[in-house]
Amino acid sequence: MKYDLTFNVISNERPAAGFALLRLQRADGEALPPMHPGQFVEVEVPRSKRTFLRRPISVNFVEPDGMTLWLLVREAGEGTAALCTLEPGSSLRMMLPLGNGFGVDASRRTLLVGGGVGVAPLLYLARLMSEAGNRPTVLLGARSAEMLLQADEFEKYADVLTCTDDGSAGHNGVVTTHPAMVSGEFDRICCCGPAPMMKAVAAVARQRGIDCEVSLENMMACGLGACLCCVENTVKGHVCVCTEGPVFNINQLNWQ
Amino acid sequence: MTPDLSVKLGSLELQNPVLTASGTFGYGEEFADFVDLDRLGGFIVKGTTLAPREGNPYPRMAETPSGMLNAVGLQNKGVDYFIEHIYPRLRGYRSEVIVNVSGACVDDYAEVCRRLADLDEIHAVEVNISCPNVKHGGMAFGTTTAGASEVVTAVRKAWPGHLMVKLSPNVTDITEIARAAEASGADSLSLINTMLGMAVDVERRRPMLSTVTGGLSGPAVKPVAVRMVWQTAKAVNIPIVGLGGIRTGDDALEFIMAGATAVQVGTANFLDPATTMQVIDRLNEYCVRHNVSNINSLRGII
Repeated sequence: MKYDLTFNVISNERPAAGFALLRLQRADGEALPPMHPGQFVEVEVPRSKRTFLRRPISVNFVEPDGMTLWLLVREAGEGTAALCTLEPGSSLRMMLPLGNGFGVDASRRTLLVGGGVGVAPLLYLARLMSEAGNRPTVLLGARSAEMLLQADEFEKYADVLTCTDDGSAGHNGVVTTHPAMVSGEFDRICCCGPAPMMKAVAAVARQRGIDCEVSLENMMACGLGACLCCVENTVKGHVCVCTEGPVFNINQLNWQ
Repeated sequence: MTPDLSVKLGSLELQNPVLTASGTFGYGEEFADFVDLDRLGGFIVKGTTLAPREGNPYPRMAETPSGMLNAVGLQNKGVDYFIEHIYPRLRGYRSEVIVNVSGACVDDYAEVCRRLADLDEIHAVEVNISCPNVKHGGMAFGTTTAGASEVVTAVRKAWPGHLMVKLSPNVTDITEIARAAEASGADSLSLINTMLGMAVDVERRRPMLSTVTGGLSGPAVKPVAVRMVWQTAKAVNIPIVGLGGIRTGDDALEFIMAGATAVQVGTANFLDPATTMQVIDRLNEYCVRHNVSNINSLRGII
């Protein structure tokens, strides 16, 4: 079941320049509907004169109380910039939960790989995997130390590795050159980040024979599988990222 | 007083004038968590072609001021898949389920309609004559009176039910095309389809759409659509179904007052999945407030 609900902003923090962490609760005081990590919401953009469509944003985290939802938003354009400036107490409309999400695997050794704002869907996944008794390893990549997002939060649920393009924190280089990617013993990789990064991670995973899932962020209009705008060209032809994804096993994608 | 919102498109009776536009509402079921499908006047399902189509490459969509461009390219699994797998799920609704039909040549349109004619709960088709005619250099059927007549005449022979023809706004005089469709056997006309548009990503110095140009929809096109409905309603004697940028009940009323018998809600379904319900509620409320016992009395008063 999907819902279109009004939420109140509980807090808005700035984890790094150009990013906002919104904590939200339902305006009616009810609990959140069940959500899978990797699912997303379609947010109506308030106070924005030039945007038209809703914005798809990953579920970043669901607090254990089942009441509070986190969205980690990067200022990518006018719509997301408006979301980043929402004050506590303001309200916004969201459709949720949408898409398929990552499976919570209780047994396989899993490496979560997040680049930039792509860490967003992995935090909730890390929490659920950790609670299922399978604490994952997470590799966070960013341009520089101050752009590494939510490392402290990940520490609670995962073994955290970092890398930066300028070497200001962790491994010096992109995620695919990190020892965990090159020689780490993992059975599964869950990855979200910029498309070039995900394609590079997919190539390493394929070469090393590691099962790999990626979360795509194709531009969307409806979020419900109706408009057919967000399609990805897969082995099954064009499929909607909003309903058949956003998480795809790389074997389903024509990325080779 | 409960106002009477029911309307007639020729012999096709709708419980209210609110339909959904093809390509914006999937097959209805995608919206079932948000919309009581039985409350709609009807829903017009995704453009259906004879053979399956993969559509155009991504990116197919661009957000524009008060609207969006799309270049989906009629992605669908073909009429046989529709009949076998989708139609069984569309049975039993109180609202009319109307199939939008597209084709690359005249024979395609006719054959799709012939196959749909066996389905007892499909009482109407909407024929999209904005498709490029592959046998005539890709120029859209609906941009010439001869092209429009050719498609509508062929479908009329193949389809015994209600025949709605969806007109393109990308013409010099839409009333000429409307009259040609009427003379060739159309039972109603829906207008407008999307307007041809284009947007450029200046940072990447590339078009926003893989196809460079695409169809503009949303509130940005509404005044053009209302004008074309008003002109066309005065030019033909068959019912008009108005669409283009409808987001509220008042938008729908503009079209009705300009001469439309029914309306379609399109792109607004992406902004709020329950838009159609709000439009119906607003029509009711308007009629009560203005003491209008039958919505048909508002039609064409401008």
